[in-house]
Amino acid sequence: MLQIKNLKASINKKNILKGLDISINPGELHAIMGPNGSGKSTLANVLSGKSGYEISGEIKYKGKDLSELKVDERAQNGIFLAFQYPTEIPGVNTNNFLRTSLNKVRKARGEKALDALSFLKLMKEKASELGIEEKMLSRQLNVGFSGGEKKKNEILQMKILNPNLVVLDETDSGLDIDALKIIADGVNSFRDKANSFLVITHYQRLLDYIKPDFVHVLSDGKIIKSGSIELAKELEKTGYKNII
Amino acid sequence: MSKENIKTNQEYKYGFETKIDSFKAPKGLSEDTIKFISKIKKEPKWLLEWRLKAFSRLNKLKEPNWQKPKYPKINYQDLYYYSSPKSMKDKPKSLDEVDPKLLETYKKLGIPLNEQKKLSGVAVDAVFDSVSVATTFKDELTKKGIIFCSISEAIQKHPDLVKKYLGSVIPLTDHYFATLNSAVFTDGSFVYIPPNVRCPMELSTYFRINASETGQFERTLIIADKGSYVSYLEGCTAPMRDENQLHAANVELVALDDAEIKYSTVQNWYPGDENGVGGIYNFVTKRGACRGKNSKISWTQVETGSAITWKYPSCILQGDNSVGEFYSIAITNNHQKADTGTKMIHLGKNTKSKIISKGISAGKADNTYRGLVDIGKKAQNSRNYTQCDSLLMGNKCGAHTIPYIKNKNSTSTVEHEATTSKINEEQLFYCNQRGLDQEEAVSLIVNGFCKEVLQQLPMEFAVEAQKLVGISLEGSVG
Ligand SMILES: Nc1ncnc2c1ncn2[C@@H]1O[C@H](COP(=O)(O)OP(=O)(O)OP(=O)(O)O)[C@@H](O)[C@H]1O
Ligand SMILES: [Mg+2]
Repeated sequence: MLQIKNLKASINKKNILKGLDISINPGELHAIMGPNGSGKSTLANVLSGKSGYEISGEIKYKGKDLSELKVDERAQNGIFLAFQYPTEIPGVNTNNFLRTSLNKVRKARGEKALDALSFLKLMKEKASELGIEEKMLSRQLNVGFSGGEKKKNEILQMKILNPNLVVLDETDSGLDIDALKIIADGVNSFRDKANSFLVITHYQRLLDYIKPDFVHVLSDGKIIKSGSIELAKELEKTGYKNII
Repeated sequence: MSKENIKTNQEYKYGFETKIDSFKAPKGLSEDTIKFISKIKKEPKWLLEWRLKAFSRLNKLKEPNWQKPKYPKINYQDLYYYSSPKSMKDKPKSLDEVDPKLLETYKKLGIPLNEQKKLSGVAVDAVFDSVSVATTFKDELTKKGIIFCSISEAIQKHPDLVKKYLGSVIPLTDHYFATLNSAVFTDGSFVYIPPNVRCPMELSTYFRINASETGQFERTLIIADKGSYVSYLEGCTAPMRDENQLHAANVELVALDDAEIKYSTVQNWYPGDENGVGGIYNFVTKRGACRGKNSKISWTQVETGSAITWKYPSCILQGDNSVGEFYSIAITNNHQKADTGTKMIHLGKNTKSKIISKGISAGKADNTYRGLVDIGKKAQNSRNYTQCDSLLMGNKCGAHTIPYIKNKNSTSTVEHEATTSKINEEQLFYCNQRGLDQEEAVSLIVNGFCKEVLQQLPMEFAVEAQKLVGISLEGSVG
């Protein structure tokens, strides 16, 4: 699904990613942990194709070089990023935004656009699975949403857009215990042989629920250690100082 | 302003020219031109005298130049002041008699006029250069006592109403362009809503400039009698040419006791090309008088076209408890310039006004909000709320907010808020990450930014306006 080789990225003359390798097969869920400022969100941005970075190295997605594809083309090809800080877009209705987005992705996949009614039905179904009130969806996108509501809204979008590679950037941060379970269930119900996940998190608790296949530690722009869920448990106890 | 050159520009889809023989007044501004116009329109003597009075006043006035967008001197002697399709010389009595080429033009503009295909729920008056071509739904409206026709027809058929109200909001002596208009105005719409009638459909005028080297001097007069209501919308387009053409309109609204007028504009005159060549000079005087108690006038404008937009749709709040509103979106791209806003003149007690202005600037364009809130000595307990938001795309464009506030009454309050922001990279990235391309993302974000204004538009036009907002900004973000 995803092969990253010797990826380096800098922005405003600051080197952030300094030679990163990672390989994710279809169906796998990889967790990335690492200290603040180590470059986790940068990795997520670079994978999505955000502009402004100077990049070297190789990113292959579904066997193809990603470097030529723009952000929206990558999204249409099934890359989804759940943002660490979802942006507020005033005046834009959440339902309408999601429908526009879905129909763009469907069009790229060669599927017919969903009409308003079928979309609403799909939306209701997915929203109720996540315990999202319908009222929230007729509000302006992310405007005045609580931290947890914003994160749930990201997972809702994931479920509706049906991507192949999902990057979750600290989707578990700031969630209460119940919300964490709901989000983890959302992720688990979406896992299958064809989908892959890159889950950025600071907490082992999420990993208890979603059981990663691999855990990597990112420090100063490189993967310095990889292992199983045991690695996350160890980090939870001892912190990063023993391995950095 | 000379040779014409129709360019192909993908973004401005209304830039075509209708090849049609036209009948023109001799070039130049003079008493003879005015007499020519008045004669061809078979006007009564008082109106000719009125025009000539305006003209003699004009000779004493100077063209103003306090506005931000400057422009090369206009040679008023090198313009045509009257241009009409030849086929309109004897005004067709019904649509069947209208030149098919004209009907075809409006069809192409999305305004079908013939009976079977006309827009549902919207009555249209179609003005082509200096004449009104047709007005739809006349019979239905007449049944309710509503008058909706060209101003030329109203002068013939309803002279008392015209005489009573024409120039009663914008006096002959007002300012250079308004006075010029009073001297040479050609056509526009006339609306009268009788007491206690709620106009059952949207009334709309579509202005089209077609002839080159021709100024369009529109005159519109809307009167809402006691307890009546009307919603009126105007749209405008012009061919693409490398000359600048002048559209200098006067629009007067009068609302009597308990009456309400909602006036919306979707202005899409040719904006000029990406190098700033050509485009319309849209120098317009629009003013409404809330003459009766509890009356209300609401202006909504979506200004996306024109090389220069220079206008301040205003409300004179004479009646006690009257309400004035101004909702505006002004989008400037490439080399376009806008200096627009409103004047709210509070004279009566308990009068309220609200101003919501959204300015969007891209390319090398410049966008100024200029507004006056004037609360008179006797306007007790009056209130104004003003909110001006500017959005900038890129580093080469400008946005300015110039509010003038005069509050002469201590029981009244004026509130002003202003923001200026850049289009937010994180918002664009978010939209892109959800599969929207750059243009769709810009359109979505800007439409969100303008929402409070867009939702004021009549339903039938809101969707078109939203699209227009997106199209006007195409290519503005890398
Ligand atoms: N546009 C930028 N210009 C300069 N420095 C930047 C820029 N973006 C990120 N950085 C820096 O790069 C480093 C990595 O940032 P990044 O957001 O990827 O960290 P992170 O691992 O996601 O941290 P956290 O756990 O706090 O979310 C930080 O030191 C950050 O300040
Ligand atoms: Mg981060």
